[in-house]
Amino acid sequence: MARKGYDGVVLAAPVTVPYARFSTRPAQWWAGKALAALAQASGLSHRDFDGFSLASFSMAPDSAIGLTQHFGLSPRFLDFLPLGGVAGVAGLRRAARLVQAGDADVVACIAADTNAPQSFRQGLENFSRFSQDAVYPYGAGGPNVSFALIAQAYMAETGLTRADIGRLAVAQRANALKNPAALMKKPLSLDDYLNSRPIAPPIHLFDCVMPCAGAEGFLVMREDTARAQGLRFVRLTAAIERHNGYPDDPVMLRGGWQRDVADLWAMAGVAPGAVDLVQTYDDYPVISAMQFADLGFCTPKGLPEFLNAHDFTVTGDLPHNTSGGQLSAGQAGCAGGHIGLVENIRQLTGAAGARQVPGAQRALAMGFGMINFDRGLGSGAVVLEAA
Amino acid sequence: MRARKNPLLRTRRPLLPPGARSRAAHLLAAAAGQGRFELPCCTACGRFAWPMPELCPACLSEVALQPAPAAGRVISATTAEVPADAYFRERAPWRVGLVQMDCGPQAVVHLGPDCAPGDKVALNLMLDRAGQAVLFAAKKGQDMTADPQWHEMTANPRDRRVLITDARHVAALPLARALVKAGAQTVVVGVPEDWKPLPARAEFATIPGVTLLPLDLVSDRSVEDLARDIGGKVEILINTADWPRPGGLGAPTAAADARQAMEVVAFGLMRLARVFGPAMAGRGADGDGGAVAWVNVGSVFGRAHPPVLAGYAAAHAAALAFGQALRADLAQGGVRLLTVLSGPTEDDWFQTFVQPKVGGKALADAIVMGLMKGLEEVVVGDLARDLLDRLAENPKALERELAQGRF
Amino acid sequence: MILETLTSALATGAVRVVDLTQTLTEDFPTIVLPPEFAPSAPVRIERISRYDAAGPAWYWNNLSFGEHTGTHFDAPAHWFTGRDMPRGTVDTLPPEHMIAPAVVIDCSAESAADDDHLLTRAALEVWETAHGRIPAGAWVLMRTGWSLRKGAAYANLRADGAHTPGPDAEAMRWLVQDRGILGFGTETIGTDAGQGGDFQPPYPAHHYLHGAGRYGLQCLTNLHLLPAKGAVLFAAPLKVHEGSGSPLRVLALVPDAS
Repeated sequence: MARKGYDGVVLAAPVTVPYARFSTRPAQWWAGKALAALAQASGLSHRDFDGFSLASFSMAPDSAIGLTQHFGLSPRFLDFLPLGGVAGVAGLRRAARLVQAGDADVVACIAADTNAPQSFRQGLENFSRFSQDAVYPYGAGGPNVSFALIAQAYMAETGLTRADIGRLAVAQRANALKNPAALMKKPLSLDDYLNSRPIAPPIHLFDCVMPCAGAEGFLVMREDTARAQGLRFVRLTAAIERHNGYPDDPVMLRGGWQRDVADLWAMAGVAPGAVDLVQTYDDYPVISAMQFADLGFCTPKGLPEFLNAHDFTVTGDLPHNTSGGQLSAGQAGCAGGHIGLVENIRQLTGAAGARQVPGAQRALAMGFGMINFDRGLGSGAVVLEAA
Repeated sequence: MRARKNPLLRTRRPLLPPGARSRAAHLLAAAAGQGRFELPCCTACGRFAWPMPELCPACLSEVALQPAPAAGRVISATTAEVPADAYFRERAPWRVGLVQMDCGPQAVVHLGPDCAPGDKVALNLMLDRAGQAVLFAAKKGQDMTADPQWHEMTANPRDRRVLITDARHVAALPLARALVKAGAQTVVVGVPEDWKPLPARAEFATIPGVTLLPLDLVSDRSVEDLARDIGGKVEILINTADWPRPGGLGAPTAAADARQAMEVVAFGLMRLARVFGPAMAGRGADGDGGAVAWVNVGSVFGRAHPPVLAGYAAAHAAALAFGQALRADLAQGGVRLLTVLSGPTEDDWFQTFVQPKVGGKALADAIVMGLMKGLEEVVVGDLARDLLDRLAENPKALERELAQGRF
Repeated sequence: MILETLTSALATGAVRVVDLTQTLTEDFPTIVLPPEFAPSAPVRIERISRYDAAGPAWYWNNLSFGEHTGTHFDAPAHWFTGRDMPRGTVDTLPPEHMIAPAVVIDCSAESAADDDHLLTRAALEVWETAHGRIPAGAWVLMRTGWSLRKGAAYANLRADGAHTPGPDAEAMRWLVQDRGILGFGTETIGTDAGQGGDFQPPYPAHHYLHGAGRYGLQCLTNLHLLPAKGAVLFAAPLKVHEGSGSPLRVLALVPDAS
């Protein structure tokens, strides 16, 4: 059955609660600040949000329902998505159908997480049953080792080198320097990247994101609501979501995107080359490379050529992770799945400031989440268009 | 050769690898502790699964452990240079691999040296320092004893100092020989009731590195005094103390024998555990030659209790219970407890038992093997294995059979 | 008057008190029987507390032992020959028997030369020619120097059993039946010789002493500090209900030789 379009569904009010490397505030505070920012950006009272979609790893002991009372919300749609980097896409898809059907009018989509010096380790210990049983005991706690094992196989398969992959990291840092909110403030050269400290080869220091505290948010509503509110908005034209896409692959040489990529472009009505900018899920640039192949920008074996043929800075021919992405702006827990969506709303509404991609009309953002055992389970992608 | 300790440096405190597991995953610890390579397998469709699932991912039927082919092929390999976990950080770089197991699923494994993608590897299910089951892949046939990662999973006696608590045990002399042969630096053997002749004294004296010292497990003072002398210098403790005296509840000497069996086997272990336990647990990470294992040489009759061995079986059952408490204490320092369950040994007290019985050398070899493999339970002797199989299969039948003297 | 004289003699040192007791320790050898017989529990001293968390201001131990451990007393009921004796257990023992004269037969030279040295009636008669008749109601103490030995040398176990000196059968019969002694004491683990089980009757000291309602003392020490005659022994076992014996403190009053 052909999928129904997201006609009339728009996204507005992109907000970021500025990231902090460490925070003494709990995730509830970060979520509250995001709600406040959404209210300010939209001119609506937060009490008027009749949908609340929350993504977080560190909200315990609360889930979304507790926060309704905490922050005075009375939503008729409530969603809690501890899905990691795919939570942004997943939350958006649900919210879109809700508002499209009239079950809700304005859904606040928020990802918020805090970060303390101990919380990374604590998060690992309680991450998932399979990682507890079969990853963490091997010194492979934290995704570095798991992604090293994937990266090694993927690089062997595709012929990618660290120098190829490093081009993405270097361009993102250049983009981040134009984003005052990015945590990384120093330029990064390809030599810096190549010579950085090995963490779990082929993963080196500058392949790794910086965990931090922060929140991202946007509103999902119908176009008429946005217009009535006088909000600048973007249209949702296509979205895919898949979990555990290829359970029988021995090692992750493709993401779940491959299963649904045709669906995505058919829904969007364009080819990959028609997007003006791309936000990949860059928790490891090798996974960004994989997304270019899986989303149809090139073949896997064509990746080395593809990565060397393009300029991924905001002034380049294929602007990529224009805010600096998680690698250079920071990874605020689950907000890593929202950062690309929020950035795309900014870019397509002309609100990206110094890093604005001129004339951006169509943008792609990916979500990727939960390395539960040996592979990332969740994959998602969203195409947005300027109004 | 073992390097002397630098007295200016702080003794490294024991850290442990992550020990949390799902309840189901503890089934693997039982297999690993006994040296069996078993993996979760679907009871309906027969597919193996990894990690341990609650139900088969292919058909959603129940899973149970099944023996699996212990081989695979490396998909990818890396070294964790800066692991997030403190235990691994201290031991980095640490080799980790992703392996395609011959039985079907993939697994993240501890990886032996010189394993590259595409290489065939042998798989081992072992207990790590947290006492939890982990997979270790290494090239087949490779001597792993020099590998520091393998070293962490085992209790190799090489360069270690060993205490055998009772020289009068039938296995003590061959055990001392086997440990010295395996490279133990020194072996102290305790002599209970030192004022009685020790027939093998001269033979002990011929083994280089072996020292006999008085040790009465029935005496607080004797145990404490020895601990004061060498408590900080024992890396492997092998408790061979025993008091085999056949006799049912009605036997003329039942009370005195049972009491003495309890004193030697159960309370003796407790006395040892109270002073040597903390000393060893505190040295679980004292360099490459830190404290590593405690062996209780127990009897299968601690599990299967024949009426004709009432007091003896009760004492060994009590020792098994004490052993679990000791294991928990030792685990805090990453020191493993190996329980040896022996069948009747070749000594005067089991004279009337039918063959096959367990010779001292067979028992000694089994203990050293258990240490080399880092096991948690070793069953020695055909009768012991048979009794445990029958116990697992039909405990009430075994109880009736033993009541009729059918061993 | 007599007691006043005694206490002043004790005060002046004219009468000395000699402790004939071995310290009760866990590693002191005990009698060894063929192991199919039930063994005696050894001496065990287990701390209850010593100014620590188990008892902050006090020190005490739990003590356990067989009746026949350390320096100990054998009551008539200890042996089958004495089973029907009235007052044959330590709780009913006549208290006047707990204070009695003692004579000492010095066999130390012979015992040094021969682990299995046996005290004979002939040797006792030689002693009588030197010191006079052994008084009825006296302890006869066999001095062997054995208490100076430690551990394995003290137990002196070989493949065929213990090798320690003691009385022969006729000596014991004669002492009990012809001299009417109160009891017989030794420095070794038993009142009988180490090989006494092969004598006729077996274990003659036990056989004759207890069969006549007489007593045994063993594991004594400091016998060399006693005169051949003239000492008074205080030997009061614990008042154990129907006890066959008990560890005890044995003291001797000795006239100052100087």
